[in-house]
Amino acid sequence: MPMVQPKSIKYRKLATHLGMIVFLALIIFPLLMVIAISFRTGNFAVGDIIPSNPTLDHWRLAIGMDVVAADGSVTPPPFPVLLWLWNSIKVAGIAAILIVVLSTTCAYAFARMKFRGKATLLNGMLIFQMFPSVLALVAIYALFNKIGDYVPWLGLNTHGGLILAYLGGIALHVWTIKGYFETIDPALEESAAIDGASPWQAFRLILLPLSVPILAVVFILAFIGVVTEVPMASVLISDINNMTLAVGSQLYFNPQNILWGDFAAAAVLSGFPITVVFLMAQRYLVSGLTAGGVKG
Amino acid sequence: MGLSASKQPPAKLSIWLKVLLIALVVVLNGYAIIAMYANGEFAFALLTLVIVASGVYVFTSKKTYAHRYIFPGIAGMVVFIIFPLVYTIGISFTNYSATNLLTFNQVLQQFESKTYTDDSGAFKFGLYQRGEDFEIIVEQGELLYSTGPIELDSQSAVSIAHELSVLNAKPSEKPLAIKAVIQNKDALDKLILVTPNEQELVRKGLREFAGIKPLFTPLLQDGQSSYSLPNGETITSEFAKLNVKDGRILIPNMETGYFQYLDDQGELTGRGLKPGFTVGVGWEHFKRVLTDEGIKQPFVQIFVWTVIFATCAVVFTLAIGMLLACLVQWEELKGRAIYRVLLILPYAVPAFISILVFKGLFNQNFGEINMILGNLFGISPAWFTDPVLAKSMILIVNTWLGYPYMMILCMGMLKSIPDDLYEASAMDGAGPITNFFNITVPLLMKPLAPLLIASFAFNFNNFVLIDLLTGGLPDIIGASTPAGETDLLVSYTYRIAFQGDGGNNYGLASAIATLIFLVVGALALLNLRIMKKNAN
Repeated sequence: MPMVQPKSIKYRKLATHLGMIVFLALIIFPLLMVIAISFRTGNFAVGDIIPSNPTLDHWRLAIGMDVVAADGSVTPPPFPVLLWLWNSIKVAGIAAILIVVLSTTCAYAFARMKFRGKATLLNGMLIFQMFPSVLALVAIYALFNKIGDYVPWLGLNTHGGLILAYLGGIALHVWTIKGYFETIDPALEESAAIDGASPWQAFRLILLPLSVPILAVVFILAFIGVVTEVPMASVLISDINNMTLAVGSQLYFNPQNILWGDFAAAAVLSGFPITVVFLMAQRYLVSGLTAGGVKG
Repeated sequence: MGLSASKQPPAKLSIWLKVLLIALVVVLNGYAIIAMYANGEFAFALLTLVIVASGVYVFTSKKTYAHRYIFPGIAGMVVFIIFPLVYTIGISFTNYSATNLLTFNQVLQQFESKTYTDDSGAFKFGLYQRGEDFEIIVEQGELLYSTGPIELDSQSAVSIAHELSVLNAKPSEKPLAIKAVIQNKDALDKLILVTPNEQELVRKGLREFAGIKPLFTPLLQDGQSSYSLPNGETITSEFAKLNVKDGRILIPNMETGYFQYLDDQGELTGRGLKPGFTVGVGWEHFKRVLTDEGIKQPFVQIFVWTVIFATCAVVFTLAIGMLLACLVQWEELKGRAIYRVLLILPYAVPAFISILVFKGLFNQNFGEINMILGNLFGISPAWFTDPVLAKSMILIVNTWLGYPYMMILCMGMLKSIPDDLYEASAMDGAGPITNFFNITVPLLMKPLAPLLIASFAFNFNNFVLIDLLTGGLPDIIGASTPAGETDLLVSYTYRIAFQGDGGNNYGLASAIATLIFLVVGALALLNLRIMKKNAN
């Protein structure tokens, strides 16, 4: 830091704090707002910003309980939020594990082995990961329609098919893991090879245990990526009970009947765990993110 | 470095297992490939063939040991990214759409299985009660047949066939009255009665069953190679059909993808019979994008907005992100850690949730943002119906979503700028603003460049934001396909393909997608170039 300090530094610090607080207030406002809305009575925001008579009705509906009004009328939950959450976790969990397995084996070969077409494949992967899958959805739909003819549990409207579709997007993770492998001294594996270990054994018994941190990062990134993916899931899944959160949440915004309060509770309920996981892991995630990936 | 690609000699049993496994894979997939090929699905047959053949080669040849590690991942990319890209480009040269969804063979089969009831050979029928069941007896002159006791099921989804057997004499009792026939009409309509000489009968009217015959027969009989029309022209198509009922000639029009009738002059008439089939249309869709006013005008407008949006998205998020990164890295500032976590918060919340939250907050009638604006200034902006306001809203939301990413990137890169640069400039009496623009910004731009291009490409195709926030609305007036003021090219394409009121024009959507591929491909290559240059 500079050795020469101007006198105005005190005012500058004050101004920065002030600016930060105003900016943060603007940024955090929508998030606080949605929490407040989830406790507000009714689905229409007329009245107070901070709910004057808070209610848990929206939260009851979000976790799948009926709400009985004072006059005895029963409101059933509009959507199976917990089921959607479970679907999201299931699909994202399985897909993330498979993505880690596929990209680790790929990255190992790219980092440690010499073979024909290596540079071309690496560059090709970088180029193709920039093409958005939304544009090829017609083809992807046709593809899964076809797969479903031969293997029904991997066809349209199945979680198996959705997981399979996500396995194409491993390019960035391969690059991330490859970069990490290259920081590990190959001498360890070479000495194992001298002792008679096969490349597979050297990979599984020596390199993998050393790479657990980066595998965890890739797992979390892949998990969050799948949970927040919308277009593929909304084209492949049509049954309301098979939907993931990212697809199902849109149903709250039916133009004829916007369930604003119910959505707020469901959004806080489902968004909170993901946000906490991300914030806790953010220090480790940053290295993975700067490898070239872009999230909304 | 690098390990030798040798392998310990495996035990004998495992070799046999491997051979058995590979044989099984080859046989199963070989069968599937032939089945697909026979169905006319060449693209899928070729894809399966390439994947299976290269897989078997990679896992059996010693030379490709390293490739075994990358095969599953690369195969996944080929099947779910590259194949759909190529297939999409292929679709862009066809008329594939909701009206022309099926292949030619499927449509041909539909027409060949069409039937009509032949009045001439009608059978009178009587319905008799047999306990819970019924018996149907049909007669035509000397012929007298019976179904025997059968169950009448009006719930059945498919037609039910029953064999008829010859009956010697009519039962003595009277058949059930017409009323019973009417009551069981639905169930009777599900029946197909098959006479001993293989003629199929269906119900026609309240008293009769009539034979069904194929509506279309081949125009060219065996051995015939052409059919001459009265006006002297000849038809050589083996798929030409004769409508048995009215004698008209039906031929497939390979340019429009419909079967059409010929009129007296031998000209194609009408719009063609549904369903249509998929045919190649060459550059038709691309021509329409360039010349058809109903498509060209919205396409150009949306293209311009897409470029503006992607540029603004990168500039705004970068400007805010870079400034904040400098501030939270400022060591004099207390509470930096808390600021950092709070500033990253928008990035940590899943985007689909925060976009929908904004959709509710910006709602014109009951959204909290308009409530506050109304209380403070007495205004209520129409965020979703006014094009300019809708576009501003999208940029505001996108900046909120995207600045933490830029901040994270810049924070990492700021650490690599040596401190003595700032010291030297402080000696010269430069203030923080001069430092920011003369040292920080220029030094960050170079390593940021490839990431900024990636970010531009991402925002160019930021489908989720548009789809969840505005859905592309408000609509552009005068467009012949679904097109909105806030649509990006990618959501425009999606709506043409998947929004019902546009006729699900997959061909046109794929053509526009192909144009976007060109843009993205150019950006990707540019990106790769800059990264290489930076690495050297």
